[in-house]
Amino acid sequence: MRELSLHILDLVENSLEAGATRITLKITEDRAENLLGIIVEDNGRGMDAETVRRVTDPFFTTRTTRNVGLGVPLLKAAAERCQGELILQSQPGVGTPVEATFEWDHIDRAPLGDIKGTLLSILLFRSGADLCYRHRVDDALFRFDSTEIREQLGDVPLSHPAVREWLDRFLQENLQKLTSAHSAEQKECQDAETDIA
Amino acid sequence: MPKLTSLDDLRNLRKQVQKEITTRTETNTTITVGMGTCGIAAGARETMNAIMRELADRDIEAHVATVGCIGMCASEPLVDIEQAGQPRITYGNVTADKVSRLIQEHLINGSLVDEWVVGRLEK
Repeated sequence: MRELSLHILDLVENSLEAGATRITLKITEDRAENLLGIIVEDNGRGMDAETVRRVTDPFFTTRTTRNVGLGVPLLKAAAERCQGELILQSQPGVGTPVEATFEWDHIDRAPLGDIKGTLLSILLFRSGADLCYRHRVDDALFRFDSTEIREQLGDVPLSHPAVREWLDRFLQENLQKLTSAHSAEQKECQDAETDIA
Repeated sequence: MPKLTSLDDLRNLRKQVQKEITTRTETNTTITVGMGTCGIAAGARETMNAIMRELADRDIEAHVATVGCIGMCASEPLVDIEQAGQPRITYGNVTADKVSRLIQEHLINGSLVDEWVVGRLEK
């Protein structure tokens, strides 16, 4: 996978396949700690200990349990080659939290990529589940909950073209704010380096 | 034009669009995109977003849905188009750049894009 946002979409698809009605997605970028963390938590049907053990095995996949296969092993490999790890716990009937960590500045860390595209895919086409999103970049935080959005909309579906347009802009603007805080600081550093030089 | 980015804007938007909803939800076209690991890795997310843009630009009403892996991973991204009274057609290797032609020929002209068809399910 070329982007971490694609891994995220993949994890969320797993959650939906497991019958989740509520998914919490947390992305933490902490550059002081040199850490990028992704957590996807769902209230799906969960897995027993044996399944949890086997889910990171790429050859564990059957026609009846399509929610496992290459997805989780690929993410595990991506995290581990960036000095991070994949932590997967689950309890049958309760749900599954999956956490992947990466060294933020590791040369092999894929970019987060088109997170807006991932969120739109989740919100528009698998709208049976609610999504709580929490993205922190150092001290800046962007969070939204699709239940709040749905409350405002009443019987108007998220996939209505006008709502879709709103969502697109809402995500674009807020994600941009997060990353611009980030690039402003980078520029400061660069300027400081130039001064020293 | 002021930007609509707050929840208050959304409430106003709701009032505006509520009237036309019933007409918009009636459609006999369903488009399904494979969104398993294989599909995602092959670019299904971009295909999906291209489909939404194309439908909006041409003002076409269709249900768009995603499914998991259907087993033809080598041909991902897979896109199924189903229209009332027509066989269900599966197209393979539908990357985002192919979406415009697909929508034009299948939905507007009503003819198949033969060279992209990988499956056909009669009613």
